[in-house]
Amino acid sequence: MVLISIQNVVKRYQLGDMEVNALSGVSLEIEAGDFVAIMGSSGSGKSTLMNILGCLDRPTTGSYLLNGQEVAKLDREQLAEVRNQLLGFVFQSFNLLTRTSAVENVELPLLYAGVPTKERVVRSKEALSRVGLGKRFDHFPNQLSGGQQQRVAIARALVNNPKLLLADEPTGNLDSRTSIEVMALFQALGGSGITVVLVTHESDIAAYANRVITLKDGLIKSDVRQNPLSASAEMAAPEMSAET
Amino acid sequence: MGILQTLRVALRALLRNKMRSFLTMLGVIIGVGAVIAMVAIGEGAKAKVEEAFASMGTNLLILLPGTTSTGGAHGGYGSSSSLSWDDLKSIQTEVSSVRYAAPALRVTSQVLSEDQNWTTSVTGTTPEYFSIRSWPVARGVAMTQSDVDSGAKVALLGQTVVDKLYGPSADPVGTVIRIKNVPFQVIGVLQAKGQSPVGSDYDDCVFLPVSTYSSKVQGGLRNYINGTIYIGATSQDTTARAETDIGNLLRDRHHLTSGIDDDFSIRNLSEMASAQQEGTKTMTTLLASIAAVSLLVGGIGIMNIMLVSVTERTREIGLRMAVGAKPMHVLLQFLVEALTLSMMGGFIGVSLGLIMAQRLSSNFGWPMLIRADIIVIAVGFSAFIGVAFGLYPARKASRLDPIDALRYE
Ligand SMILES: Nc1ncnc2c1ncn2[C@@H]1O[C@H](COP(=O)(O)OP(=O)(O)OP(=O)(O)O)[C@@H](O)[C@H]1O
Ligand SMILES: [Mg+2]
Repeated sequence: MVLISIQNVVKRYQLGDMEVNALSGVSLEIEAGDFVAIMGSSGSGKSTLMNILGCLDRPTTGSYLLNGQEVAKLDREQLAEVRNQLLGFVFQSFNLLTRTSAVENVELPLLYAGVPTKERVVRSKEALSRVGLGKRFDHFPNQLSGGQQQRVAIARALVNNPKLLLADEPTGNLDSRTSIEVMALFQALGGSGITVVLVTHESDIAAYANRVITLKDGLIKSDVRQNPLSASAEMAAPEMSAET
Repeated sequence: MGILQTLRVALRALLRNKMRSFLTMLGVIIGVGAVIAMVAIGEGAKAKVEEAFASMGTNLLILLPGTTSTGGAHGGYGSSSSLSWDDLKSIQTEVSSVRYAAPALRVTSQVLSEDQNWTTSVTGTTPEYFSIRSWPVARGVAMTQSDVDSGAKVALLGQTVVDKLYGPSADPVGTVIRIKNVPFQVIGVLQAKGQSPVGSDYDDCVFLPVSTYSSKVQGGLRNYINGTIYIGATSQDTTARAETDIGNLLRDRHHLTSGIDDDFSIRNLSEMASAQQEGTKTMTTLLASIAAVSLLVGGIGIMNIMLVSVTERTREIGLRMAVGAKPMHVLLQFLVEALTLSMMGGFIGVSLGLIMAQRLSSNFGWPMLIRADIIVIAVGFSAFIGVAFGLYPARKASRLDPIDALRYE
């Protein structure tokens, strides 16, 4: 089943007299349950594409069908609903609310979905346990390591059972060991039917995906399927990889 | 998202910056506090004035001989003798809007009991006087027409005189007092009336039948009334008409052609009372507008801080939108924050105002009157301030583009 289908998407920015095409005609289909990595040099349009896929931004021209629905036709309210019900985001900079406990950060999407308090807490704790933070419910972001903060962010993205998880350089601020842990999480999600699209600069990280799309100057340069590395297997032998 | 949840989020945001929240509320606190305190004191003063005028008697006109209230020369009332006993009679019989008219002849004299003496105001009058001033006796019996007709040597005492001559709890009824060496039997004590609007003591007085007063105290009956005439109109509405009717009657009787000034003057107490009330009303309006201005300043303070807060939390707003907050959610969040600030300011202001009024009245003896409707209005107005001044920042937040908000630095 096709979850994402974009056709000839152009995103143009007007900077004074100059026009910049961040995306200059991208067409792409992504199957439900796939794990896709997007690569490319800085400024190639990766984040722009992610923001459009995540309904945070609209394409200048072109169409975007998400789960069979034309996103361009939705108003602000409906877009908010789509983001709430279908999508989960993980940002490079975590974007957690400060001085707000892990559970309350994770609750946020459920709050706007109108889930009653009790269920909200139960589901948030579940999501945190799922990312391995079962003992850190009441910690504030500044009491957590970078990797733990990113896992809180992932739990927040997952708590509403989204169909699509979008992660823009989620490992950009993490060391390689923590990065592998996060990738293991994403791989597990792929297994449970959630589509993951991930932006990364590092080919080591892209190696865990099933499909790698490379952008260049706002166009798709290559699109290859591959046999992914298993992050959980990698984690089982950390010393070996460290020595070699 | 429920309203309770929104409130919780708002409270948390405000508690994150306690000092700032408090300083923001300060404008509203001071505004509301000032309104509550000032209105309590103002209303207290007004009530006291009203009470004082009410105790003077209702629908009261005072008729004075001579043009004492106009021109430069002030003779003091009762100094000229232009009002005759016939004038009094014709006022009683010919003016339909007059219910009672009573002479009041007054002198300041020493009064002696068995073993004490006290200098007080001694007034000769008729029983109507006490009806005009709605002034019943507390002890003994009232003055009767037959006391006046027979020239009985009886006296009614005010409470202050009783206190001075006999002591506060004594019952002087039946005893004898002497005025100008004439013995009078005390037949009653008048109910305590308290202070007049100008602060003199109503109860420092002795009343005698006017006939007895004329012959024994004044030293012989005269043609002219050497004092004033108290007049009670039939109702509050007819007081003004009684005033003009009496004026016309007296001008006619005194053969005053047009162009000649009145040789008497009439004081309308209800007019004086309403002039007093106008005064307090102006004062209250003035205070209320000062308070409104300070509330307005408080509101601008709230708007300012809310704008700062929206800017500071742009990324938070972006994040909330990214996880599914609708524009309405964001709008409500900031609006509730502003409302919480202003309402809390309002409540603290009310408590502070009440404490302030309490202090002022207990320290300076000012009367105070707390009006529930003013409290409701003050709190309601601060809520309105919160919404009015919170709306713009809240709208600004809700209209942010999620991607711009997330990228904001
Ligand atoms: N809001 C904007 N206004 C103007 N130009 C923009 C804006 N956002 C992005 N661009 C331009 O669009 C192009 C693509 O930007 P984008 O952020 O998608 O790059 P990226 O591939 O994510 O790069 P990086 O790896 O450095 O994050 C860049 O040339 C950038 O200058
Ligand atoms: Mg980027």
